[in-house]
Amino acid sequence: MAQYTFQDFKKGQPRWCPGCGDHFFLNSLHKAMAEIGIAPHETAVISGIGCSSRLPHYMATYGMNTIHGRAAAIATGCKVANPRLTVWQVSGDGDGLAIGGNHFIHANRRNIDLNMILLNNRIYGLTKGQYSPTSPRGFVSKSSPYGTVEDPFRPAELCFGARGHFFARAVATDAQGTIDILKAAQQHKGASVCEILQNCVIFNNGTHDSVYSKEGRAKNAIYVRHGQPLVFGENKEYGLVQEGFGLKVVEIGKDGVTIDDILVHDAHCEDNTLQLKLALMGDGDGFPIALGVIRDVEAPTYNDAVEAQIEEVKAKKAYHTFAELLETNDIWEVK
Amino acid sequence: MAETLEIKELDQVVVRFSGDSGDGMQLAGNIFSTVSATVGNSISTFPDYPADIRAPQGSLTGVSGFQVHIGAGQVFTPGDLCDVLVAMNAAALKTQYRYAKPNATIIIDTDSFGPKDLEKAAFKTDDPLKEMGIDPDRVIACPLTTMVKDCLADSGMDQKGILKCRNMFALGLVCWLFSRDTEIAFNFLREKFAKKPGLADANIKVIQAGYDYGHNTHSSAANVYRIETKNKVPGRYMDITGNKATAYGFIAAAEKAGLKLYLGSYPITPATDVLHELSKHKSLGVTTVQCEDEIAGCASAVGASFAGALAVTSTSGPGICLKSEAMNLAVIMELPLVVLDVQRGGPATGLPTKSEQTDLLQVLFGRNGESPMPVMAALSPTDCFDAAYDASKMALEHMTPVVLLTDAFVANGSGAFKLPKLDEYPAIEPPYVPEELRGTWTPYMRAENGTRYWAVPGREGFAHILGGLEKDDKTGAISTNPENHDLMTRKRAQKIANIEVPDLEVLGDRDDAELLIVGFGGTYGHLRAAMEEMRSQGKKVALAHFRYINPLPKNTAEVLKKYPRVVVAEQNMGQLAAWLRMKVDGFVPYQYNEVKGQPFVVSTLVSNFEQIINK
Repeated sequence: MAQYTFQDFKKGQPRWCPGCGDHFFLNSLHKAMAEIGIAPHETAVISGIGCSSRLPHYMATYGMNTIHGRAAAIATGCKVANPRLTVWQVSGDGDGLAIGGNHFIHANRRNIDLNMILLNNRIYGLTKGQYSPTSPRGFVSKSSPYGTVEDPFRPAELCFGARGHFFARAVATDAQGTIDILKAAQQHKGASVCEILQNCVIFNNGTHDSVYSKEGRAKNAIYVRHGQPLVFGENKEYGLVQEGFGLKVVEIGKDGVTIDDILVHDAHCEDNTLQLKLALMGDGDGFPIALGVIRDVEAPTYNDAVEAQIEEVKAKKAYHTFAELLETNDIWEVK
Repeated sequence: MAETLEIKELDQVVVRFSGDSGDGMQLAGNIFSTVSATVGNSISTFPDYPADIRAPQGSLTGVSGFQVHIGAGQVFTPGDLCDVLVAMNAAALKTQYRYAKPNATIIIDTDSFGPKDLEKAAFKTDDPLKEMGIDPDRVIACPLTTMVKDCLADSGMDQKGILKCRNMFALGLVCWLFSRDTEIAFNFLREKFAKKPGLADANIKVIQAGYDYGHNTHSSAANVYRIETKNKVPGRYMDITGNKATAYGFIAAAEKAGLKLYLGSYPITPATDVLHELSKHKSLGVTTVQCEDEIAGCASAVGASFAGALAVTSTSGPGICLKSEAMNLAVIMELPLVVLDVQRGGPATGLPTKSEQTDLLQVLFGRNGESPMPVMAALSPTDCFDAAYDASKMALEHMTPVVLLTDAFVANGSGAFKLPKLDEYPAIEPPYVPEELRGTWTPYMRAENGTRYWAVPGREGFAHILGGLEKDDKTGAISTNPENHDLMTRKRAQKIANIEVPDLEVLGDRDDAELLIVGFGGTYGHLRAAMEEMRSQGKKVALAHFRYINPLPKNTAEVLKKYPRVVVAEQNMGQLAAWLRMKVDGFVPYQYNEVKGQPFVVSTLVSNFEQIINK
């Protein structure tokens, strides 16, 4: 395999605002791609419209910065028509979940082998500050001066509801955490949703404050790893256990709780019940925000199935050219 | 007695099969047209089916028809009015009699004319013939259902299965009426039901019974007919609908170009059969994706095009509204894409199963910004093959989305299709980036004719980013420079204007016509038939029919200005006329417009055109 550095994937000078979370993410993406080692010319990065959708312009790969909301649909055609390509689809929360919500759920349902990046800053940045489908209820913005009166989508819930098989989360400023999930997404065959918690310094500054700094993450986040106990805290002193239909935070060493009592993460479990509970934690509910690969379950991909079906039918049917196709009809001869 | 029966030689004849949508009228019509085509008659067919999946049995809204026009010489349309009407029930007679000539032979199943049937068909008396003013001498009234039941009593079939064979009795009767060789129909059924020989035998038995019934009771019909064959073009033929021919054209073009064929689509009447047809042919490597919506159908095709496929999206009017944005993306990214619009009645959901030409201005103009796009229109069911091939070639060689317009009439109608030989078709050569540009190439570099080069992902050294934002002509980077935008807008327009299309052909009295008839797309057959009819009456008439609408043929203005009177006849309120007036200075045509969802009627066209000549 050819060896690449992040420079091989880098192009141009990003135009995002100084301090925008997209800068952090872009750097991590370059590094992840170098570590993955797939050639730039065998990679396509496809985005919609929005601040984050400018990203393909800063990639030395093939790519398209398309139209609002349609990135997942366009990426679908690209991948199905040319399965040899590694396809990354990049959208923001507006592009991916509002105008593009239908394509988001169907790409997950079909399980197209796409790496789907959702840069979630809970705001419309490019149009200068309107609430998005991930903004919390009551959110005050230019288009909601008295607060929104609607509940937000929680991306994991949409992904799981659409029968998604891969969901991971990272904070844009956490380079290693981001690189780890991007590599896992590439490793996973099928639609892989990576939610990136990303700050908009201009219109929604501080939206992910609790986990944006390393110190914050130590306190307020839990890194989930398949096969490892679900522990968190500055000294890993807390853990998660199952209680009734829900999860509960416990302190290890207190009330007789030992590390053996702590729930062990199973990202490969087909049943997504507990994975969903992990993914939904941390909305001011006393639970930490889960980071890392939350769900990673093998399933047949759409593009593989399309190819396999073509091969199967080719083997079964006797016609393989247009001329042979014509002969399958009722033909008569006029002499 | 057969000896006393008059056998009439006819040049052409129109038969209309009608019944409940579940009565199998389409199949009966199909077999009859195949039987006729096999002996060398020319054929044109038109199915006329209701929008409801299955309206209540025997109801007026549930009637489905299938019209077949067969001729000794060439036929151009499925015919205005029929010479023989088969009405399988009272509702069919009630709704379909209007399509019968005054002296037409009517075949009815008396078993479906009971009090309840008459009530469902909204007859007021118990004598439907008298009520509709039909001369009983022209009616072959037979207890069709009873006879089919008797015929299959020992077959072991259940009641439901037996009743499904009624259509074959009608077919047998019509075969007798036109001296058709039933053996051809038998062979057709043996192949169709190869896996169910019992079913084939039952159907064959019923056809024979229908034929024999005609033979034994012919005193009730005034004539039997024969249609001989003239001007045969030797060759091998198949019956093909417009939608199937369109699908075949895409398959042929992809094979010729050496590309994968990708269809992104969403089911919509009357375009869905293209999706059905292409989905069958995986053994040819055809990839079809039934998307979540029309938007994704087109958007995924744009993605497939970027990835290097011959990308197609198929739809009808309401779908075009939704595809407009992704079509526009293909315009600015200069990627090949074929957008098939099988036009139907609009606006909105309109008349889903009926035919119109009302999307022309939409596909020419219905996008934001300056968005030039080639537009073609197929002339007939069989021309759909060449039109799909030509549209694909144009898209691939000029790196542009191309709209191919057909319509419900052309899509569902059928004709005898001479099997094409792919090696006789022109090569398809997309402008792949020449190797010598490695290192200096940028995405908007153009070949001599103004076409952007194509670099397909996977090719090392040509990685690039396209997008919906305006790009710099030289570097391919995002640009809002005013001069650059103006330049790129002009280059995109020039690229389309540079596409060479064949000259407009003038048929008929091209030197001295008093009236030039002008049309486009699917009305070709009717306008041509109207022209021939007028010329046979001694009128000087010519026809110029557009297949290429954008860009227009170079001789368009010359042709349109040559004749003292020009009438633009179209199934909309004057969209082609508006386009031609915009493109040809001082062109002021007469117009004939009809928006009924039904094909033109040749006799109506003739009388309207005559009025124009006499003005």
